[in-house]
Amino acid sequence: MARCSRRRFLAAAAAGVVAAHVRVAGAQLAAQPLEPLIAKLTGDASVQPGRVTLEIPRLADNGHSVPLKVRVESAMTERDYVKTIHILSGRNPRPHIAAFHLNPHCGRAEISTRVRLNGTQRLVVLAQASDGSWWSGSAEVEVTETACLDAT
Amino acid sequence: MAVARIQVPPEVKRGELVQVRLAIQHPMETGFRFDVMGRPIPKNVINSLVCRYNGAEVFRAELGSGIAANPYLQFFMRAEATGELVFEWVDDAGERGSERATITVVT
Repeated sequence: MARCSRRRFLAAAAAGVVAAHVRVAGAQLAAQPLEPLIAKLTGDASVQPGRVTLEIPRLADNGHSVPLKVRVESAMTERDYVKTIHILSGRNPRPHIAAFHLNPHCGRAEISTRVRLNGTQRLVVLAQASDGSWWSGSAEVEVTETACLDAT
Repeated sequence: MAVARIQVPPEVKRGELVQVRLAIQHPMETGFRFDVMGRPIPKNVINSLVCRYNGAEVFRAELGSGIAANPYLQFFMRAEATGELVFEWVDDAGERGSERATITVVT
């Protein structure tokens, strides 16, 4: 009968919504240390802070899409260029956001993209130069609405 | 499946820095979401992307669920000769996408 099935549907939907919130709460991770991931990506090489600049809003209203620009100081010549750029998140459920591979044809070591952020956190960007050296930069972003609370 | 758009300047001078922009229509499904019935929506993100200019690789990216839906990428390159810029990507479901644009180099 119509009333029974509608009640059943509403109960299932409510259970689904409750289940979603319960599961999603697990995704609201506390800030996690990035040192193990950095060590894994760099092969335990020493990383020097510097040469890497992040341009990201200090306060992001919506964590679903936050514009990020990464600039690495480099001549980008055949002999000295930026090989790889890694974007790491201090709080996303998957800390390794992206890796970009450049070459001398790029002319400038500058990447822009939009990231998803799980709440207020610190982003760390690693850059490897062609000589094998690793450089890093970081930025703190306050996020009003985390991308991880989305049960729709 | 994925609609994409490349923006490059129509004409560039030889050796000049060219700003390349790409936007792809893709949900970049994180795998953490649930549908209205409580079933998990499977993860499906564009996981790798490569850009070649006249056959030579210019830019490569490995992306994840930390990149926002409808991924937008901007980078730079130098163009020495007129040619075709080709982007190719693949997502977790195995769907391939590609888009191309022409860069005209004037001396």
